[in-house]
Amino acid sequence: MTIPRIQLAGLAKRFGSRQVLAGVDLAVMPGESLVIIGGSGTGKSVTLKIILGLIAPDSGSIKVDGHEVVGLKGAALDAHRARFGMLFQGGALFDSLPVWRNVSFALEGSAASRRAAAIDNLARVGLGPEVADLKPSELSGGMQKRVALARAIAPRPPIIFFDEPTAGLDPITAAVINDLIRELATQLKITALTITHDMHSVRTVADRVAMLHGGVIIWQGPLASLDGCDNPYVRQFITGSAHGPIQMPGAR
Amino acid sequence: MNPLVAIGASVLAGFAAIGRVARFAGTALLRLLQPPWYPAQWFNQMLVIGWLSLPVVGLTAIFTGSALAQQIFIGGSRFNAASTVPAVTVIGVVRELGPVLGGLMVAGRVASAMAAELGTMRVTEQIDALVTLRTDPFRWLVAPRILAAVLVMPVLVLVSNALGVMGGWLLATQRLGFNSAQYLATTARYLEADDVISSLVKSAVFGFFIALMGCYHGYRSGGGAAGVGKATTNAVVSSFILILLANLVITVIVFGS
Ligand SMILES: Nc1ncnc2c1ncn2[C@@H]1O[C@H](COP(=O)(O)OP(=O)(O)OP(=O)(O)O)[C@@H](O)[C@H]1O
Ligand SMILES: [Mg+2]
Repeated sequence: MTIPRIQLAGLAKRFGSRQVLAGVDLAVMPGESLVIIGGSGTGKSVTLKIILGLIAPDSGSIKVDGHEVVGLKGAALDAHRARFGMLFQGGALFDSLPVWRNVSFALEGSAASRRAAAIDNLARVGLGPEVADLKPSELSGGMQKRVALARAIAPRPPIIFFDEPTAGLDPITAAVINDLIRELATQLKITALTITHDMHSVRTVADRVAMLHGGVIIWQGPLASLDGCDNPYVRQFITGSAHGPIQMPGAR
Repeated sequence: MNPLVAIGASVLAGFAAIGRVARFAGTALLRLLQPPWYPAQWFNQMLVIGWLSLPVVGLTAIFTGSALAQQIFIGGSRFNAASTVPAVTVIGVVRELGPVLGGLMVAGRVASAMAAELGTMRVTEQIDALVTLRTDPFRWLVAPRILAAVLVMPVLVLVSNALGVMGGWLLATQRLGFNSAQYLATTARYLEADDVISSLVKSAVFGFFIALMGCYHGYRSGGGAAGVGKATTNAVVSSFILILLANLVITVIVFGS
C-alpha cells in the first residue's frame, strides 16, 4: 500500500468559542488531485493553513509522506514548507514588488533567468509579458489571482494548494486555469489540493472530492461517484439549492 | 473586583507585553547575525527612513533652533545675559532638541508607515505568503527596518543639529544683532565632544525604538483595516513614549553626574 502524501487525522481547531474543525480525517495520495468543497466559513482555508504550519492545530496529526509535521520547528519546518506551493484565497501578492519579482520570488539564479522563468509561468496562466513590470495594484482582481497562481506553481513544488483558483475569473480564463491544474497533476505528478465553490472546476480538476461540513469530512469519493451520491449535504451543495440539510442563518 | 487584583493583573499584563517586545526584538537582532541577508532591503529602508525624512526633520530643526535662540535672548536679557544665546542654543539643540524632535518627527513618519505596511501585509496574508515562499519575515521585513533605522537616525540627527544651530544663527544675526563670526566662534567653543556623542547615541537608540515599535505593532496586527489603524496608532504612541523615556535615561546617565 502506498503511503499517502498527506494524511490528516483528527485535526481540530477552535477560534474563541467557534469550533471550526472538529476532527478532520483525510488522505491525499501522491499525484492525486483532491478537491475540497464545503460552505463558506466551514474551515477549508484554515485546514490548508494548518497543514502549512501557519496556524497551529489544537489537536490531531498531519503526516506528510508518513512523517508527522505538527510541532515542527526551525530547519525541519522550513524543509516541510519547501515541498508546498500555496495559492492564497486573496492572492497575497507582495504589493511592493513588480509582478515578475512576485512570480520568481522563490526561484534561484540570475535576475535575467528568474525574469524569464516568471514570464514563462505568467504565460501558463494566460498573462502576457507586458504585465511583468507592473505592480500588483495595477492589475485587475482576476489578473492578480492569476499572478498569484503563477507564483505558486513557479518552483514546481511536489504539492500545491489552490484556494479558490477560479473565483472572480471569467468562464474562459477559469477553464484555462482548470486545465492547468489538471495538467500539473497528470503530467508533472504534482499532488494538488484545491478548494473551490465552482462545480465546473470540480469536474475538470478533481480525481477525488471531499466535502467539509460541521468541522468534519462528511463525504468523500471519486469524482465519478459525486453525481450518484445520495448524501443530502453533497446533493444540496452540487445542485446549489437553498433547501436541504444545510441551513444558512436567516434563511427560511 | 478587588482593586489589588486589578492592579496586579495590569502589572502582569505589562510585564507580558515587555516580554513579547523583547522576544520580538531579540529574534530580529539574531537574524542580523547570520545569513541569508537581504542588503537590497537594507538600502531600500535606509532610503525610505533617512532620505525621505530629511525635509521634515530639517525644517523642524531650523524652526526650533530659531525659536530657541529668540527665547534665550528674551530670557537672557533680563539677567544681562543675552550673550549666552549661541552657547545655550548649541547645547540645547545638540543635547536635546535635535535628537528628541528629530526622533519624534521620524517616529510620526516612519513608525506609522511601518506599522501600516506590515499590518496590511499581515491582514492580506502577505506575511503568510512570505513564509510559504521560505522567506523569514524577520529577515526580510523586520531586521532591515531596524538596522536601517539605527544606522540612519544618527546621520539624520547630525544634519538636524547643524540645521538647528544654523536656524539660531540666522535669527540671531538677522534679527538680534549678533555678529556672525563671533556667534559661530562661541558656538564652536561651547560645543563639546560629549554633546555630539550623546546626541548620536540617543538618535541610534531612538531609531531602534521607532523601527521596533513600527514592526512589532504591524506584525501583530489583526482584524482588517480597523486593526491596522489601531496598530499604526499604537506604534506612534509607544515609540513617542519610548523616545522620551530613553531620552531622560540617557540624559541622566551622561549629564546627571
Ligand atoms: N485567524 C483567525 N482568527 C479567528 N478566526 C478565524 C481565523 N481564521 C479563520 N477564522 C474563522 O474560521 C472559520 C473558517 O474560516 P475559513 O477561512 O477556513 O473558511 P472557508 O471554509 O475557507 O470559507 P470560504 O469558502 O468563505 O473561504 C471562519 O468562521 C473564520 O471566521
Ligand atoms: Mg477560504
